[in-house]
Amino acid sequence: MQSTLFHRAAAGLTALMISGMTYASDWTERSNLDLRPGVTEVSQDIQDLHTTVLWIVTVIGLLVFGLIVISMIRHRRSKNPNPATFHENVFLEVLWTVIPFVILIAMAVPATRVLVKLDDTAESQLTVKVTGYRWKWSYEYLTYEDDNNIGVSFFSNLATPPEQYNNPVLSGGLFPYGTAKDLVGKEAPEKDHNYQLEVDKKLVIPSGQKVRFLVTSDDVIHSFWVPDFGGKKDAIPGFVNEMWALVPEGKEGTYYGQCAELCGKNHAFMPVAVEVVTQDEFKAWIAEEKEKAASGPDLTPFSGLDQAMEEGQQVYATACALCHGANGEGGIGLPFAGTDFATKSEYLNEHIDVLVNGRAAMPSFKAQLTPRQIAAVVTYERNAFGNDTGDLIQPADVNDHE
Amino acid sequence: MSTAAATHDDHHDHHHAPTGLKRWLFSTNHKDIGTLYLWFSFAMFLVGGFMAMVIRAELLEPGMQFVDPEFFNQMTTVHGLVMVFGAVMPATVGLANWMIPLMIGAPDMALPRMNNWSFWILPFAFGILIFAVLMSAFGAGNPSAPNFGWTFYAPLSTKYGPASTDLFILSVHMMGISSIMGAINVVVTVFNMRAPGMTLMKMPLFVWTWLITAFLLIAVIPVLAGVVTMMLTDRHFGTSFFDAAGGGDPVLFQHVFWFFGHPEVYIMILPSFGIVSAIIPAFARKPLFGYASMVYATASIALLSFVVWAHHMFTVGMPLAGTLFFMYMTMLISVPTGVKVFNWVATMWRGSMTFELPMKWAIAFVVLFTCGGLSGLMLAMTPIDFQYHDTYFVVAHFHYVLVTGAIFSIFAAAYYWLPKWSGVMPSKLLGELHFWNSLISANLLFFPMHFVGLAGMPRRYADYALQFADYNFWISIGGFWFGLSQVIFLVVAVRCAMKKGEPAPAKPWEGAEGLEWEVPSPAPFHTFDTPPVIK
Repeated sequence: MQSTLFHRAAAGLTALMISGMTYASDWTERSNLDLRPGVTEVSQDIQDLHTTVLWIVTVIGLLVFGLIVISMIRHRRSKNPNPATFHENVFLEVLWTVIPFVILIAMAVPATRVLVKLDDTAESQLTVKVTGYRWKWSYEYLTYEDDNNIGVSFFSNLATPPEQYNNPVLSGGLFPYGTAKDLVGKEAPEKDHNYQLEVDKKLVIPSGQKVRFLVTSDDVIHSFWVPDFGGKKDAIPGFVNEMWALVPEGKEGTYYGQCAELCGKNHAFMPVAVEVVTQDEFKAWIAEEKEKAASGPDLTPFSGLDQAMEEGQQVYATACALCHGANGEGGIGLPFAGTDFATKSEYLNEHIDVLVNGRAAMPSFKAQLTPRQIAAVVTYERNAFGNDTGDLIQPADVNDHE
Repeated sequence: MSTAAATHDDHHDHHHAPTGLKRWLFSTNHKDIGTLYLWFSFAMFLVGGFMAMVIRAELLEPGMQFVDPEFFNQMTTVHGLVMVFGAVMPATVGLANWMIPLMIGAPDMALPRMNNWSFWILPFAFGILIFAVLMSAFGAGNPSAPNFGWTFYAPLSTKYGPASTDLFILSVHMMGISSIMGAINVVVTVFNMRAPGMTLMKMPLFVWTWLITAFLLIAVIPVLAGVVTMMLTDRHFGTSFFDAAGGGDPVLFQHVFWFFGHPEVYIMILPSFGIVSAIIPAFARKPLFGYASMVYATASIALLSFVVWAHHMFTVGMPLAGTLFFMYMTMLISVPTGVKVFNWVATMWRGSMTFELPMKWAIAFVVLFTCGGLSGLMLAMTPIDFQYHDTYFVVAHFHYVLVTGAIFSIFAAAYYWLPKWSGVMPSKLLGELHFWNSLISANLLFFPMHFVGLAGMPRRYADYALQFADYNFWISIGGFWFGLSQVIFLVVAVRCAMKKGEPAPAKPWEGAEGLEWEVPSPAPFHTFDTPPVIK
């Protein structure tokens, strides 16, 4: 374990005492007691509305609890041995029906105004299609200003390595599967500052321009949420939902969010990281990405087994380890360590095929990984975790695979 | 309410009272069945609580320490199901079984054999569900218990659910059958078996709230049965109700589920309103303020509960007009709920209060339930809900209404009526320990959840970013403390069942009102063979 309970307790107490209410672009410097104000105009509106409502309910609460406390003190039997006998009062009962009703109307008006604003996705400069996958996001740039044919898309995976979160202190017996037995009780590496938030490739958007997100899903329901932008939308297979964000100029930086709808095992492991850059930087970035997309896959052969293994290890950690285990021990996916599938040559072709085309619960990775990455990871799976086939798969082998 | 005493009940006792295993297995006696329900629900409360402890152990610190994320999801799923259908609902049904005939002067429930059946379905329903968990925890290979959350949204549960989803569907059907039979029994009993002179507007509020609850159950449990049947046909018979690829609609699932699910929330809380409305007047020594408006408020809450379901799904992308409608309707529920709270406060006002155990739990209920209600009003505001939705803020809200609300009121009821059930007074010392430990730990457990929620921690997370670590530590400590505190109640209940303690008089609470206090303590096996006459 990373820290002792006492350590944690002391940190907790300190945090309880210091409550920042200030704006912070670094999510880890969040306010301890209040809703984050965020960076966009609507997220500020939401925060204002939240503050108003919080005050209203606090006053109502204090009023009710105050009356109860007064009653408990002054109207206890030792102080007030003869109870009153009243049991109704039409005036009072009408009063405390009507007054709350009026308060509700007063609250509904600004809420309606903000809701209408949130609903208006018209006149956006950039449209990005966001697709939820188990357990990663994919971003596809559809239109930017007058360019309706961008054709840039990529996947965004959790970048926190499994060693950081996989720290079992128990194994076997009650909770047997999925826990890497050889990790039990081992000291976990120090967790990064952006633990469980960092991704391998961030969504990049420009500041000062309205960005429209088209949110959908490939498998189950996910929910796309960046708290600092205000509001979340569910990603539902077969449906396209809309939402928008306009990050003002001068608020460039990285903003984090997480999937907010239960989507299965690795629900907690699919963060959203958005890099907001200036419009000039964005134009340069999108041009570069367009060029990369147009040039086709990189099919340069690996110089040797070591190079393929090194690249494969990284791909495995982000794309495969969540299901197949950090050490190829299996989990909801099949194990690789010492299995026929990953060690016998007659399965080699099938091994590549499952990655390219998918099978049953295993999704197709054709769209998510380049031929080079697939070749590297197949090589890795057949030569790591104690496997020793010596198979070296080249990018061209995968690219030719149907 | 003035009543004629139901005297000479005790001499019936030695005629018909069966003994041993037969007494419990084949029981048609409302008191025995009520006892069975109450013990069963307490056992389920401990089972569901143990699952909560697994969840909180895992969340004590960032990183995966004790369980696999898959098992974590199974724990959150089955914890929710067991607590809703196994702990809270059977507890209130148990109270209804015990108290409704006593309160309305009836000799038993109207349909006693159905009563027996509706209870005995439950252990089997939960046996099936828990069997799936045990298979997952100890089984060979790689089986999985239901892991899609207690709301089991499609397509996670239909297309991606484990094989045990079919066990889950069967189990939900059985729970539903049991609930409907229980509800029918209450309706028939209340309408047909009230003592002469007891008009509807003279009924104790607990009977009223249960009558309304029973109608809610009859209305919405078939909807739940429908939705799980649609799941079953989607899984095995090639239909596509919830599969967009086949022309269906995953959001339809949520509409149908929450059309059941929202009234379900009130099914769990309305009986609590009735309990508290019995206890506060008793210990304030003053009649309940606004009896009639309490009845109307309960009925309006029940009616409104049918038109607010979509507030659970504000983020699914409904049209603006629909979202606005559901926002306004949801906000409106706070009006009748407020009336109830104000009425309880007015009942205490200028009373002559004493603070015996039931009253302590009841006052804690009023205060903490109100906290949950106020955060509910915040959640009703759609634009802010976009930020709160599916975060720990929601978890905090519904645990305030369901744990410090429904469950606290059930404890209030238990301490209030235990003398009547067992014939002995519950231990004061243990009761005080139980109350104060529960009160403090429940707030340590649930209050910081508001803060992690506002900071942005989504619910159902097996692991979390570092900035949520501080509060999660305290929440877990509160969780273990609250869990351990409940063991004290086990001791209280067992001591009462073993008749250890001060013998209770027929009416142990000075200010208590109602027919149940006219019969001796413990209540004899048969009561009201001759109906009491209410003047």
